[in-house]
Amino acid sequence: MISIRNIDYDIAGKAILRDVSLDMPKHGVTALIGPNGAGKSTLLSLIARLLPLQHGRVTVDGHDIATCDTAALARILAILPQIQDAAPRLSVSDLVAFGRYPHSRGRLTDQDGAIIDAALAAFQLTDLRNRALDTLSGGQRQNALLAMIFAQGTDYLLLDEPLNNLDIAASRRLMAQLRGLADEQGRTVVIVLHDINYALAYADHLVVLAEGRVAAMGNPEEVVTDDLINRIYGTDAAVINHNNRRIVDVGP
Amino acid sequence: MRASLCLGGGLAALCLLSLFVGVIPVTPIDVLHDRAAWELLRDSRVPRTLAVVIAGGTLAVCGALLQSMVRNRFVEPMTTGTGQGAALGILLTTWALPEAGLLAKMALASAAALLASAGFLTIVQRLPPTQPLLIPLVGLIYGGVLGAAVTFIAYQGDMLQYIDVWMNGEFSGVLRGRYELLWIAALVAALTYAAADQFAILGLGRTASINLGLNYQQVMIIGLLAISIVTALVVVTVGAIPFLGLVVPNVVARYAGDNLRRTLPMIAGGGAALVLLSDILGRLLRHPFEIPVGTVMGILGAALFLWLLYRPKSHAL
Repeated sequence: MISIRNIDYDIAGKAILRDVSLDMPKHGVTALIGPNGAGKSTLLSLIARLLPLQHGRVTVDGHDIATCDTAALARILAILPQIQDAAPRLSVSDLVAFGRYPHSRGRLTDQDGAIIDAALAAFQLTDLRNRALDTLSGGQRQNALLAMIFAQGTDYLLLDEPLNNLDIAASRRLMAQLRGLADEQGRTVVIVLHDINYALAYADHLVVLAEGRVAAMGNPEEVVTDDLINRIYGTDAAVINHNNRRIVDVGP
Repeated sequence: MRASLCLGGGLAALCLLSLFVGVIPVTPIDVLHDRAAWELLRDSRVPRTLAVVIAGGTLAVCGALLQSMVRNRFVEPMTTGTGQGAALGILLTTWALPEAGLLAKMALASAAALLASAGFLTIVQRLPPTQPLLIPLVGLIYGGVLGAAVTFIAYQGDMLQYIDVWMNGEFSGVLRGRYELLWIAALVAALTYAAADQFAILGLGRTASINLGLNYQQVMIIGLLAISIVTALVVVTVGAIPFLGLVVPNVVARYAGDNLRRTLPMIAGGGAALVLLSDILGRLLRHPFEIPVGTVMGILGAALFLWLLYRPKSHAL
């Protein structure tokens, strides 16, 4: 379980997060949604120790992230990095092999090799394994990074808007894969999403942030209502039922 | 693998050539029976060849480390403040503590180089990540400002002749007993190889580094220390060799990628070979006079770099 208690976070005197306390259950997919600037990415960065905590406490499976050894934490929790323009010239398999670094410290065992091969296969990268990262498309590059954190073998995976540069087919494939990680391997996925429909279709647990505070959380089907969308986003998209599933109708 | 063998063979051949090229003619056969020839080799040619190999190899490695640390291919320590910082340090030491021993001077030059490189890193971290070209530009300006300070102080202190010695690398003065500090540079560069994986991960960025459990700050500091010590030692013993740290890691990355555990030995070998070739050409072109190694390397390096830029890069590694 990721447990967050009384987090306040300011950037240059401006309040980004205020009194955020919540628990993200172990196993399953937790989606983090909310309008732009609600503090979703900041919250994820704080959990992943990318930003220093200013106030409050975060524990992952009982490990306090402020005091836990960073190398030990890397075997429990992984966050998907983004590589923009300056991608190093690493081969895909070298990048995925770095996912084993927290375990092997650079001395790969046969078992590490098997895990790397499995990660490459899981993200359809086996044929691209010798390709240089800087010659891949944005989507392929993200896939390679996903395979890296997959190979890291952590119980917790954090992803900040991974659907941003993916088309609908790739988005659905990724979400199905994350679902599979949760269902078949018992891993815990925390994902920041923009599109509420993906959250409704794939998440077990939903956390809604607005203006730095928790506005709602719980079962997505129950949390997402016309009223919530109106209240949080200030727009009047209707939540409708379709094939026994709730979806947000974005039409006028 | 084949490329590494070629590089190794080429380097060995260049080393051998370097031993028998110079103002005084010596052949391998002379060395066997002529005592004077053997002494020449021992006191001048061998030290010179070793100094070239160490300076070339370590500077190229430092270029690769800095490029990984700031995640930008167009920087290298000699031109972005570290080299100028080292010169500033040794200049101030020579001026304020003329009696200081060589080791003390070295330590102070390293400290000044460290401060200068830390300053560069601090500036770089504030630059917008969307403008990668700003980093080398700011680096050149920063190095230029520090270089100007060096010249000003030297002018005021009537020490301009030293500047030339420190800022233009040159191996004709290398003799036994006057280059041995470079072994420390060789040791430092060799030690960074133990952290090759960490430096390669740094090249993936801060998020990826922290995600993989790297102590980001600590690896950055190790990198800064290594770069500063090596740069200061090279500046003090043979003088600055600009752009070497830029050209060689880029050529190697183009062919063999950025997995530093695999490429650092090639980068070191390539740096040594390029400087050695430049030094030998410098000895031969206007025989019996010498052309400074920096001049020859500038021309060779620029040609190599242009050729590289216009070649399509391979997709596979």
